[in-house]
Amino acid sequence: MDIQLQEVEYRYAAGTPFERLAIEDVSFTIPEGVFLAVVGHTGSGKSTIIQHLNALLRPTKGQVVIGDRVISAGKKEKNLKSVRKKVGTVFQFPEHQLFEETVEKDICYGPINFGIPEEEAKKRARSLISQVGLSEEVLQKSPFDLSGGQMRRVAIAGVLAMEPEVLVLDEPTAGLDPRGRKEIMDMFYTLHQEHGLSTILVTHSMEDAALYADEMIVMHKGRVQKQGKPRDLFSQPDELAAFGLSVPEVVRFQHRFEALSGMKLDRTCLTIEELAEELARAKKRGEDR
Amino acid sequence: MEKMIFGRYLPLQSPVHELDPRAKLLFIFGFVIVVFLANNILSYGILAVFTLLCIYLSRINIRFLLSGLKPVIWIIAFTFLLHIFLTKEGDLLFNIGFLKIYEGGVRQGAFISLRFLLLILVTSLLTLTTSPISITDGLESLLNPFKKLKLPVHELALMMSISLRFIPTLMDETDKIMKAQIARGADFSSGPIKERVKAVVPLLIPLFVSAFKRAEELAVAMEARGYRGGEGRTKYRLLHWQGKDSAALVLLLVLAALLWWARS
Repeated sequence: MDIQLQEVEYRYAAGTPFERLAIEDVSFTIPEGVFLAVVGHTGSGKSTIIQHLNALLRPTKGQVVIGDRVISAGKKEKNLKSVRKKVGTVFQFPEHQLFEETVEKDICYGPINFGIPEEEAKKRARSLISQVGLSEEVLQKSPFDLSGGQMRRVAIAGVLAMEPEVLVLDEPTAGLDPRGRKEIMDMFYTLHQEHGLSTILVTHSMEDAALYADEMIVMHKGRVQKQGKPRDLFSQPDELAAFGLSVPEVVRFQHRFEALSGMKLDRTCLTIEELAEELARAKKRGEDR
Repeated sequence: MEKMIFGRYLPLQSPVHELDPRAKLLFIFGFVIVVFLANNILSYGILAVFTLLCIYLSRINIRFLLSGLKPVIWIIAFTFLLHIFLTKEGDLLFNIGFLKIYEGGVRQGAFISLRFLLLILVTSLLTLTTSPISITDGLESLLNPFKKLKLPVHELALMMSISLRFIPTLMDETDKIMKAQIARGADFSSGPIKERVKAVVPLLIPLFVSAFKRAEELAVAMEARGYRGGEGRTKYRLLHWQGKDSAALVLLLVLAALLWWARS
């Protein structure tokens, strides 16, 4: 399912003294099966954009096309459940949305709302709990007895249990320890690859954008400033710096290396492995000469 | 959610904003009493004009103020209906079987609703034009005499300012959790009443949990910074009673006198 934003504008509290323009003239397409990273400084409008992807917000101008549904400014849409079933959203600090007596019931909440039979929902809960890295015993515990990191995983399982076609992630690893971050991001990446899930990742971490994304969008002051492959965007660190963003550490190392040695590597490297490979090749070239 | 005006502060420059919070508190207190003097069309008219004048002086957009009234419109409508059906005075206007509507009922209903409306408008002006911290300072200073009676004045004022301060925060929180549950297929706005009541549970539980957590964090943060209550605490912001503050109260007295004259 493709999602398309066409000249979308959104104002918070329109018509009151608190009115605030959050995004304007935002247009881009999220083709099926892509892994898209949305990066930008705090307050650049990232979170506002993702709330348009499952019609939680209606644009104040322009339109959003989600599959075969068109959400446009000023038109009240009925029965948006079908949209929300296909687009699963993991919000910032999703552990705040837990409420049920047991973890199992909480994971089943979404699927049951969308009309999945209870037995099937429970089956999904059982298979998902191990997928997010927790043991099956957790299912019968109260979510409020878990640690923060475990609650996060349960909340993520609750969204995945809806089996969405598009997965929207708003800083899913904020506040986790480095190992937890990597585990959760790897899990999302596996899901994306195995099930062809379109994934939209809002993140502050340029490392995550570099490692996982096919496409990247740079937001600044409510507008899309750049769009392209992470490799291309990271090869111009000065342009990103203008939007208050940095490049991954690996890329920074490479640029520094190139500046000091006067050598130029063949491509912008996004992982340590790539960088090692390129450096070895450059060294070999130097010796051959 | 975004349109809620209760407990919100709108930082503008206006004569009302510049008044001493004590003057505004006394004014509101007096106004709440004075409102009950009105009992006929002329006196209610004076009251309405006076309220509009206050709103005008505060530079607050009247449309914004009125749109903020939406949540209470139901209570007002309910009071109106109650009076229409239960007051049996004056001429009979309608008679549909068991439903009898009297002229007195309509008049009573309209007056009481108007009284309600004016009260809410003027009191929301207080929070809209006064920052929570000045309201607290004002209240604390006004209640100071009661310290002799061992009333925990400082603590009361603090409690009030904390509740005012956290209304917008809780609103934002509600909005966030609501969206998260809607994204998981919750439906807050349609379906039979029984289902809708049930749908609120996934909203209320996370809200309570986070409110308690927040309260605890706030208490710890205050203790960590050495908060020990009002004992021996000095103030950074000092209140100054000025001529215009007295003038505001005189204006209220004039209003009271006018109403006394106009009432029947």
